[in-house]
Amino acid sequence: MKFAVIVFPGSNCDVDMYHAIKDELGEEVEYVWHDHDDLSGFDGILLPGGFSYGDYLRSGAIARFANVMKEVVKAAEEGKPVLGVCNGFQILLEAGLLPGAMKRNENLKFICRPVKLKVENNETMFTNEYEKGEIITIPIAHGEGNYYCDQETLASLIENKQIVFTYEHNPNGSIHNIAGIVNKRGNVLGMMPHPERAVSELLGSSDGLKLFQSIVRSWREAHVTNA
Amino acid sequence: MYKVKVYVTLRESVLDPQGNAVKNALHSMDFNEVEDVRIGKYMELEIGETDRSVEKMVDEMCKKLLANPVIEDYRYEIEEVAAK
Repeated sequence: MKFAVIVFPGSNCDVDMYHAIKDELGEEVEYVWHDHDDLSGFDGILLPGGFSYGDYLRSGAIARFANVMKEVVKAAEEGKPVLGVCNGFQILLEAGLLPGAMKRNENLKFICRPVKLKVENNETMFTNEYEKGEIITIPIAHGEGNYYCDQETLASLIENKQIVFTYEHNPNGSIHNIAGIVNKRGNVLGMMPHPERAVSELLGSSDGLKLFQSIVRSWREAHVTNA
Repeated sequence: MYKVKVYVTLRESVLDPQGNAVKNALHSMDFNEVEDVRIGKYMELEIGETDRSVEKMVDEMCKKLLANPVIEDYRYEIEEVAAK
């Protein structure tokens, strides 16, 4: 399976993402610059964290108009797995690939520490290696991770089982303790915690690795005969 | 040409954590009369001569980029001025 790590000016978790895929997951991966206009050779798209375009105007607001985003939208429409972490999640929200928006953290602080998450839905292409209700430890590092959506949107997220991860102890004021959501089709996941920073015990946790293994497992089941 | 002033604020229904912090600071300065603070953004645009409707253009800019309608409200003032 071949992954693309999309790099915007100001991305800063792209190297961690690359390392997680290449060295810990053991799959193919390439960096793709934001002005690229072809993602057809990739099976999975990863939008890393950071501060694309300096977070000018709003987090993710400018990145959403980068040339490569047309291709990211196309990949999402084709059903390819698209994962946005932290700033990547913010970009997916601004691009309208996921519903809702991000606000400043409730306490106005940049929070950088490991948090406990609950796997609410383990029937997605991103979470099939986890148990339902499993508690995992993944670090967060953000100042704007206070997820917000209106009540109607929240009801539809709940009804369609689109809430994938919730915080055990809400760090940022997110509505319904939301840490990660998928689109209705289930192939676009946005999450504030950084699974790519939790891929080996040396890093303090390897709980994030199963997320990437889940993507590969789903892809193999769909694309490889005798998988 | 046109001078455009755009004001963007969090929607009334959305809690403003920055506004709350500033309100508390104002209270600690003894301005207890302050009942609410909303923090927003102010942008100035200069738009050259065009055949298009400036109002329609600005509205589209606000909807698609300058504000995020999920959490923000916007308003704008358009003033026609002599070209530089």
